[in-house]
Amino acid sequence: MPKAHDALFRTLADPTRRAIFERLCREGEQTVGALTARAGVSQPAVSKHLGVLRKAGLVRDRHEGRQTHYRAQIGALAPLIDWTSQMADFWRSRFDNLEDLLKRMDQ
Amino acid sequence: MSETLSVIVEREMPFPPEKIWRALTQPHLIAEWLMKNDFEPVVGRRFNLRGEWGGVLDCEVRAVEPHKTLSYTWNFAHDDAAYNLQSVVTFTLTPTGAGTRLRMEQTGFRPNQKQAYGGAKAGWPQFFERLEHVLARTD
Repeated sequence: MPKAHDALFRTLADPTRRAIFERLCREGEQTVGALTARAGVSQPAVSKHLGVLRKAGLVRDRHEGRQTHYRAQIGALAPLIDWTSQMADFWRSRFDNLEDLLKRMDQ
Repeated sequence: MSETLSVIVEREMPFPPEKIWRALTQPHLIAEWLMKNDFEPVVGRRFNLRGEWGGVLDCEVRAVEPHKTLSYTWNFAHDDAAYNLQSVVTFTLTPTGAGTRLRMEQTGFRPNQKQAYGGAKAGWPQFFERLEHVLARTD
């Protein structure tokens, strides 16, 4: 798990790579060409970033004819946000206990 | 604070702040809804919360404002860094017409992520903010 975290953080620490990932999250599946048009870097550079994102499990590719389409795998980010969702569940159930206790307590 | 994540749980309860305050600050009552403990409502007091699963949290009281605010650190050390957590829990009580709005905010980070967070400081807060929106939509 810690290694997985490190890899995710390292992968997303690069602003260009993060921007590509965010675009795929927001806009859905896209080709390398479409991503290059707005990335501000060359197509080989975009392909390289996509390769790193794919290795980290953050994007998945799909080949169609001569085109490769990429889409974001948002689930890969779960380890990063895990503790907050776990704690939210924890606190909600503890608040249930607290309300039960308050009902039983004397003024 | 921009390097951290937080959890907020809020609930309106049909009880006066004074009563809720007792449940938040008296050890035998805390044990009934949260965890076994040796808590004392004194700033600087170190105490432990002991979970049923055997885990022990290291805590230190940060703020005590009777019937209004209670804050303590909530740290969990574990051999596996993935389970480490350094955080601060703050309870805020606000009287409402029908009772009290109780707000719990927990702010913190996994220590093993600290370096990565620090190294990419500029981009992360916005990133997480947007990420939350994305995740909220895909749920």
